[in-house]
Parts: sequence; C-alpha cells; structure tokens
Amino acid sequence: MSHPSTYKPASGFDKWLDDRLPIVRLAHDSFVDFPTPKNLNYWYTFGGILAICLVIQIITGVILAMHYVPHTSMAFDSVEHIMRDVNYGWLMRYVHANGGSMFFLAVYIHMFRGVYYGSYKEPREVLWMLGVVIYLLMMATAFMGYVLPWGQMSYWGATVITNLFSAIPLVGEDIRTLLWGGFSVDNPTLNRFYSLHYLLPFAIAGVVMLHIWALHIPGNANPTGVEVKDVKKDTVPFHPYYTVKDSFAIVVFLILFAAFVFFNPNGLGHPDNYIEANPLATPASIVPEWYYLPFYAILRAITFDIGPISSKLGGVMAMFGSILVLFVLPWLDTSKVRSMRYRPAAKMFFFIFIAACLVLGYLGGKPAEGSYVFYAQIATAYYFSFFLIILPLLGFMETPKPLPRSIAESVLKTPKAGDATTAGAHNAPAQ
Amino acid sequence: MRQRNRGKGMTPMIMIRTLMVAAIVGLVGVTGAAASGSTAEKPIHGHWHFAGPFGTYDKDALQRGYQVYETVCSSCHGLEQVSFRNLGQKGGPFHLDSCPAGIPDTVDCANPNQNPVVKALAAQYRFQVADGPDDSGDMFERAAMPSDRIPGPFANEVIARLANNNALPPDLSLITKARHHGPDYVYSLLVGYEETPATVEVSPGQYYNPYFHGDMSQALRTEFLDENGHAHEGVEIPIGGVLAMAPPLSDGMIEYGDGSPATVEQYAADVTEFLMWAAEPKLEARKSLGVMSLIYLVILAGLLYWSYRKVWSDQH
Repeated sequence: MSHPSTYKPASGFDKWLDDRLPIVRLAHDSFVDFPTPKNLNYWYTFGGILAICLVIQIITGVILAMHYVPHTSMAFDSVEHIMRDVNYGWLMRYVHANGGSMFFLAVYIHMFRGVYYGSYKEPREVLWMLGVVIYLLMMATAFMGYVLPWGQMSYWGATVITNLFSAIPLVGEDIRTLLWGGFSVDNPTLNRFYSLHYLLPFAIAGVVMLHIWALHIPGNANPTGVEVKDVKKDTVPFHPYYTVKDSFAIVVFLILFAAFVFFNPNGLGHPDNYIEANPLATPASIVPEWYYLPFYAILRAITFDIGPISSKLGGVMAMFGSILVLFVLPWLDTSKVRSMRYRPAAKMFFFIFIAACLVLGYLGGKPAEGSYVFYAQIATAYYFSFFLIILPLLGFMETPKPLPRSIAESVLKTPKAGDATTAGAHNAPAQ
Repeated sequence: MRQRNRGKGMTPMIMIRTLMVAAIVGLVGVTGAAASGSTAEKPIHGHWHFAGPFGTYDKDALQRGYQVYETVCSSCHGLEQVSFRNLGQKGGPFHLDSCPAGIPDTVDCANPNQNPVVKALAAQYRFQVADGPDDSGDMFERAAMPSDRIPGPFANEVIARLANNNALPPDLSLITKARHHGPDYVYSLLVGYEETPATVEVSPGQYYNPYFHGDMSQALRTEFLDENGHAHEGVEIPIGGVLAMAPPLSDGMIEYGDGSPATVEQYAADVTEFLMWAAEPKLEARKSLGVMSLIYLVILAGLLYWSYRKVWSDQH
C-alpha cells in the first residue's frame, strides 16, 4: 500500500542518484519495506511464481530465436537443429515449451484465487482488469508460439483459430486475410506470428509493471478480505517475510516444472506436432494445447443459430465473451463481503464453477459429437450463469458469516472471532 | 442468529453436491459409450531400457537396431534429421571413448567425425549423397562422410509414391515421438501383423494390422452387410486398420554379430530402441541433468523452508 518512504541513502553515490532518479528508493519501498498483510497463504505466492515464469520464457525464448528460422520450409528443421546440434538447445526448447504450460497453470491458480478471495473488489478493480489484459496477451502469445515449430498441430491449430475471425460480420473475412497475410495459412502468417510472438511478451512485461503498480497503491488484499487497519499489527515488511515465503513456493513450483522438463518433456504436447506441417493432410482430430481446452469447448458448445446469429458466430462470441466477462466481474459481484471464506453460498457456487471449468477442459479435448456437446452446453451455461446471474444475485440474498475485526485478530484466533476464522478450510495463516 | 443462518445454508449445499456427483457419474457413463469410427489395438507395453528417470540406451541394442534400420527399413524410410556423425556422439550407438588398438595416435576416436566405425558406416552406406556442382558445373554422387545426413531412399515424394503403390513411407527420424506411446506403438506395429480376418476384404498391396489406426467397418465383405450398408447383427468388426507396408520383418532375415536371437521380436525391439535414440539423442544427458537438478531443487527448497520458519518465528 501507499506508505511514507523509509529509504535512507547509504552512501554519497546513493544520495546523488536518489536526487536524480529515485529508482533505488522505488525498489526499496516496493519490495523491501512494503507493508504486507501478515496472513497471506500459499495461494498468494503465485504472483511471484508468474513473474519467474515470464522471465524464464523471455530468456529461453530469446536464445531459441537465435537459432530458429521463421520460414515454412525451414522452421521444423530448425527446431530439430536446436534439439540436436545446439548446445543445451534441447534444454532451452523443453523449458520454453513446458514453461508455457507452467505459466498457464500458475495463472489459472492465481485467477481462481482472485475470484475466491474477492481480490477484484473496490479499490482493486483496475488491478484485476490489468490482470485480464495480461491473460489475454498470454493467450495470444502462446497461440502464436505454438505455430512456430510448424508441425501438423501448429498448422491446423492456426488454420482453425484464424478461421474463427471470419465469422465476424462485415469485416471478418478481411481480418482473416490480414492475419494470414494472404489467402491461407502460409509463410507470411508464420513470419507475422513470429514477429508478434517476440513482441507481445514485452508488452506483457509492461502491463505486469502496471499490475504491480496498481497492486501497490491499495496494497495486497488478504484471505479475510478485511483491509489493513493498523500497519504495525496487521502487516509485516515484504522483505524478509514474503521474499523468503515466495522463494520457497517458487522453488517448490520449479520442482514440478523440472519434473516435466527432464522426465516427461512431451507429456503436455501433442505427438502430431512432431510431424511437419502438411496443408494436404488434416490430422484425425485438431486439439489445442490443454490450457485452451475449456474455451474450445465453449466455442463448440454453440451448435445452434440464435436468431440472425449463426452457430459459428455464436460460438466465437461465447468464447470471447467467456474471457471478456471477467473485465466486468468487479461490478457483477454485488456482495459487500470480499472473501468467500465468509460467504458459504458463494463458496459452494465457486467450487461448482471450478468443476465446470474442469469439465469444459475435459470436453474440449473430445470430439464435438453426441453427449459431449450436451454436457459442454450445460457447463457453458453454468460458466456464464456464475458471473451473470449467481454473483449479482447472491450479494443481495446471501447472509455472510461475521468477519474478523482485523487481520491481527484473525491471525491470533481469539475466542471471540474463533468460529469465523476457523471456518476457512484452506488457510493456515503463516506463523 | 448466526447459527440459524448456517443451518439453513447446509441443505442446498448438500443438494448441490449430490447433483454434482450425479452429473459427474452420468458424464463418465455416457462418454464411455460414445462411438468412434477409427479404432486400434492398445500398443503392447514394452519394458524399455530408456524408460524411467534413470533410463539410458542399451548401446548393443542401438547397434543392432541400426543394423535392422540399414538392412530393412532404409529401403523405403528416410532418417533425414540424423547425420552419420550423430552415430558417434556421446550416447550414440557407435560412440568410442578411446581408439581401439591399431589406430594412429593422431586420431581422436571420441570425435564423431574421426570415429573409424562411423567413417566406415558412412562410406559403405547403401545410398550415396548428392553433391556439387563440381568444377565443370555438374552435380555428382559420392560416398557419404560422417558430416552428411543419412541419405534417404527416394529423391522426392513423387518417386517415393511411384515406388510404393502411391503410399508415402514416413521419415523415421521422429516417429517414436510423433505417435501416442511412440516406442510401444512402433514395436507393436512391427510384430503385430495378422492374417486378414475373414469378415473383411483388403485390396492388393494393403495389409491388415490391429495396431494401425483405421476403420475396418468400411472393408466388410458385402455378404456381411444389409441393404443399408450396415453390418449384420453379430458380425464383429475387426479392430485396427490396413496399411501399405507389408510385414517388413521375418525370423532369420538378419544375422546379428553378437549372437542375439534372430527373431522378429528381437529385431523389432532393437530397431525401436534405435529409432527412439534417433528421435531423442539427448535423452541420457537430459535425464542425468534432471536428476541433479531435482536433487539441487529439493535441497534448496528444504533450506528455504527452514529459513521461512526461522524468519516467521517472531510472528505469533
């Protein structure tokens, strides 16, 4: 949160620099002496984990770009060249490829955490919306990155997804032509995707800075949803308390990451992407990467026309709508209580929401036929109902549990607040 | 009042949980019945030397597998991502740590380009490599060198299809990574050829294999079909499909130098090991670095956890 600066320049040079560019002061006030609620649990470590993911992706990506050739006739072979002949090229590529999956795993946990604890509520709406922007940029970046190895799934995934844009009335065909740089997915497509795949991560890094800035104005939310009342009692300085806790969580996350990279590096990929792209041979089933599957299921769940809206356009609208709805989430959730720890009904609907997302993910990997479509329609209906009906109404209908009076009280678990704080099944307040 | 509210909240919660469980059970039940046109037998699960976190390649199997590839597979299938020099790299089938007796001191046999075995294999390979233009501007063919890619059997796709009944034999460099359960699949396909079942008719130049993905309902003989083209009741549609590759291996067709059994199973296992190496030549380096990395990370995590407890010990 905004707080008076405690930075004291240690040397003459520090003082000289501080008068001209107070960057050390900024870092000190943001990451050393920053007052942070003392009750953040491990779900709150994923922000730091995501920062590490972004850095890992950029470093490995820059190195891969030194060896990769963005041309339809050479891209596939250049990736194999990286795997076979570049020193530790296999490591860079497997870290980068699995890093994408790890990034999305972390971002999904981070987002679900935000929803559960109501982190998007006043005064953190802009913080949340910037997060949604980052997520959208991640989706675009990962999609274009997956095209670059120019395997079968790269090519056909690009074909399916770019074709979606043609469903937009009036300008759809032109947008698709612009994305392709021609009249089918071909070399110009690969070139522009490569260019944008290199550009967008830096855009993400920029929005991440805004995200952190927007975080540091109101300060961290916390599992109780109760704002800091007394900085001395309710908070600890970010360093060393949260640097050490985040570091531990990051290393545990890296253990999972390393297990995939070293022992199952292709487990999250699709075997068809080890076959070079062939515009004349369509794969038996075109499946996106796992992190897109829920949205792919929503896209294919709309199998019916709605008035003048064709099923194709309806699917595209539902898919984009499922992400865009997140932008207005702070105003859809009408409850005055932030944390679902004190909202029993909301909590229940939240876990059903997670189940619906997982079901959608499962169905996205299945062919769009028979009962799969029916279940995808039900889960899609729940997905939208959760945001558009349940959260708006629940704020008026539900009776929340009593909140602890302060963060300090919730941590100390005094008998008065006992029944409220022990109700949170998840939290083991750090102590 | 607090108590009453909570009591009220329980009933819908239990109800919705029950509904959720019912939905999940229903989902599993129905999806199990979903029909799919293409079928294949589940591949035989092999106990590969390279499997598991400490897996390495069996060097003898790699050498025998290379022999199978060169003698049999290479007639139709290329290995375009692999160079002869790769055969002599660390972890490769013919890597030498030091030179065998009789080689001059000036030769560094650990260097794949000087490895005498690799040089001989390249020079004697069944296909030559295209090179040129020479001083008079002509293209020419010459014997392969360690630095060359392993030359394939066909100059281009058109020739390959003309020679193979219009089928295109896939390149094998990545075949074990380009199929689900790649090594098991390759092995199963090679040993899995069966007599064509009596209920189906397969055109000449096509061969039935239960491990190959296909839809045999399209090949049912007409006497098993009703007027609508559906199979008669009780007629079983064979699992698997047909492919243009005749059973490539037969017992005794290759003589191994090390006395390993000259059986289809042995050939198939050896060539699968070799093809896994061809697809993932850095597997050994990857796994050994992985073990070290995990040990490092686990120790680091332990230290950080201890530091975390220590730092937070004043916060109660």
